[in-house]
Amino acid sequence: MAHAHKVKQYRGVMDWLTTVDHKKIGILYLAAAAFFFLVGGLEAVLIRVQLMYPEQNIFVGEAFNQLVTMHGTTMIFFAAMPAIFGFMNVAVPLQIGARDVAYPYVNALSFWLFLAGGVLMNTSWFLGGAPDAGWTAYAPLSTTAYSGFGMDFYVLGLQIAGIGTLIGAINFLVTIINMRAPGMTFMRMPLFTWTAFITSVLLLFAFPAFTVALVELMFDRIFSGNFFEASKGGNVVLWQHLFWIFGHPEVYVLILPAFGIISEVVSVFSRKRLFGYSSMVFATILIGFLSFMVWVHHMFTTGMGPVANSIFAVGTMAIAVPTGIKIFNWLFTLWGGSITFNTASLWGISFIPAFVVGGMTGVMLAAPPADFQYQDSYFVVAHFHYVIVGGVVLGLFSGVYYWWPKMFGRLLNETLGKLHFWTFFIGFNLTFFPQHFLGLMGMPRRVFTYLPGQGLEEGNFISTIGAGLMGIGMLFFLINIIITSVKPRTATNDPWDARTLEWAISSPAPEYNFKQTPLIRGLDAFWKEKTAGNKEMTPAEPLGPIHMPSSSIMPVVMSIGFFISGFGFMYKVYWVAILGLVGALLVMLWRSLYDDHGRHIEVEELQDEGVKA
Amino acid sequence: MSNTHHAAAALPAEPERATLEGRNKILGFWLFLGAECVLFGTLFATFVALRNQVPEGPTASELFNLSTVALSTFILLTSSLTSVMATMAMHRHKVKPMLGWLVITVLLGLAFLGLEIYEFNEYVMEGHTFTSSAFATSFYTLVGFHGSHVAFGVLWITTLILQTLKKGLTVVTAPKFYVAGLYWHFIDVVWVFIFTVVYLMGKVG
Repeated sequence: MAHAHKVKQYRGVMDWLTTVDHKKIGILYLAAAAFFFLVGGLEAVLIRVQLMYPEQNIFVGEAFNQLVTMHGTTMIFFAAMPAIFGFMNVAVPLQIGARDVAYPYVNALSFWLFLAGGVLMNTSWFLGGAPDAGWTAYAPLSTTAYSGFGMDFYVLGLQIAGIGTLIGAINFLVTIINMRAPGMTFMRMPLFTWTAFITSVLLLFAFPAFTVALVELMFDRIFSGNFFEASKGGNVVLWQHLFWIFGHPEVYVLILPAFGIISEVVSVFSRKRLFGYSSMVFATILIGFLSFMVWVHHMFTTGMGPVANSIFAVGTMAIAVPTGIKIFNWLFTLWGGSITFNTASLWGISFIPAFVVGGMTGVMLAAPPADFQYQDSYFVVAHFHYVIVGGVVLGLFSGVYYWWPKMFGRLLNETLGKLHFWTFFIGFNLTFFPQHFLGLMGMPRRVFTYLPGQGLEEGNFISTIGAGLMGIGMLFFLINIIITSVKPRTATNDPWDARTLEWAISSPAPEYNFKQTPLIRGLDAFWKEKTAGNKEMTPAEPLGPIHMPSSSIMPVVMSIGFFISGFGFMYKVYWVAILGLVGALLVMLWRSLYDDHGRHIEVEELQDEGVKA
Repeated sequence: MSNTHHAAAALPAEPERATLEGRNKILGFWLFLGAECVLFGTLFATFVALRNQVPEGPTASELFNLSTVALSTFILLTSSLTSVMATMAMHRHKVKPMLGWLVITVLLGLAFLGLEIYEFNEYVMEGHTFTSSAFATSFYTLVGFHGSHVAFGVLWITTLILQTLKKGLTVVTAPKFYVAGLYWHFIDVVWVFIFTVVYLMGKVG
């Protein structure tokens, strides 16, 4: 009874809705991330349009607050994080020589919960106004006393997406710990896999704190609780602590995988082994550890006194040490290498100076007396956009150009890619470099206008032009995707002459990843085989039937249950809220009662496909 | 499922770790419990920050009746013992004793929940409601989160008992029992902290 199960194979839209294949889920994550990146980018452009000239009246007051809040929240939670999960899905199982992730079904559930949360939050635009208390949602600004219905969408949207993120993190931790191919020791794992591993650890221990913070805000808003209600003994600073205990690790959740992508790209395109691999691993772990020790640097002006501020200032500056190790290792990898300047490596190499600028302003902000001057000014905005756009976004685009052939079997157009890079990179610097000076001149963030005659006009005008250029860069990218997708699949297995396992198999990868689990004989496993004169990896097992999990629509159904429940809570129709949750629980019950036997791909089919490739 | 008996006969010594799926499930569940530690840690931190913030309504020392809570504690700690007995029976492949111990565990869990509902009801009558003070809000959130974890555990173990009556003990069902046991111990440990931090510290100040 263990074999010969007839399993229904879906096609078209149903295939995408029911898929449990990590490569397809990765593509879904990246497509959703791209959509939310465009939405968040549009919001950014609208913010810049309002600030182009002094005393404009296009988006004033509440409308501006909604744009600022939704831009930040969308970019962090619904663009950058899913893009990172997308690349983890696309690359991590292939890089460790695994056939699949540990929990394919949970993997699909992670994606659909994230999408349900993102869609729920963005429906607020059409249902009475978006969240307007900033992406940090400080109490009491975010309580019912000071903000509108939109904050309920923030609370429930992020809560639902957060469940997906947490189970996604557990999935990748178990995959990396339990599913590595024979010989793939921890100290032979590619650096992107290492950063995915540490990022998952950060998510695992940081997200529950945010879950509790959101629960508390939800209870205050919907059930009239008193966590942040000072007249009943509540404490508003509590929110700041809980938010930043999560929020600071969260920024490392974003940047560490970007570090990983850069490490792959810099090494491949200088045709050299990554300089100081072990110190890179050590630095990644240390950054992850320190990220939990520095949350108070977001709260220097809250009034916790000089002792607390000093301790957290020293902790913050200490992070510059492992980060510096990484920067120097990338430079030493490039040093003396034969560097290829294609689109992927341009994005990757330009990451280094851009991130150093953001890192230096970070050390400036870490000094509490100076921070009292920078607090809530455009200097802070310039700093975190240099680390998040100059760091995370440049790294992610590098990953897009680097792994595109492995995902789709087609190489993106280089000319359009370079146009995309140069317009975006110049636009990024034009947008955010002047903001350092605007901040030092005293321009506060999150305020919808400024007065003429205070020396703020030029900087703001240049900044808006830069934002427009970044928008044009994104148009080149969209054109590139469309042009590439109509071309034939001509990408070879290994178009970059790369070093890691994913390039040893066909482009795009077959659904079972590896026909035979590969034997890993060292760091840069595929490169090692190539230098030994082998065309492919040495197998660690004989050819045999491969077990695959069944597709399932249940993750979508369960996410819809949570989605409906979210609306029930927001509109205080509690039977709807309970109905949605009961629906989700019934899906869990269904999953527990009916075992998934999956199906087998037989040896004959594997051999047939081998001939075709 | 005619070959259930046959499968049980060939069951390995630690059936929960016999397959990669089983080992993945156990490791993933330990990691999930790590996340749960942060979740409850944050709830405890909130409670400790707000536990003396009682502008109106009864305070902790006026409210708590340690004899009811001691009974709850005794019941829940005993249920942890019975769940260990179930896991040990599973390792000996004794399905009937395992199910018996689990039924006792579920009954003890239900008794605990009954006492908690009774206790909350008493508090509300004394004016200690969810909205009366910051102390009350954080108390009901922390203890209620624990209570809902117990309720979920009761439902979960019940469904496991029912499906095992049909499927028997296999390498597929064994990891489920094992992680449900881990879960049950975890909510027990959380209760030990609640008993100390909420009730004992509430009584002595």
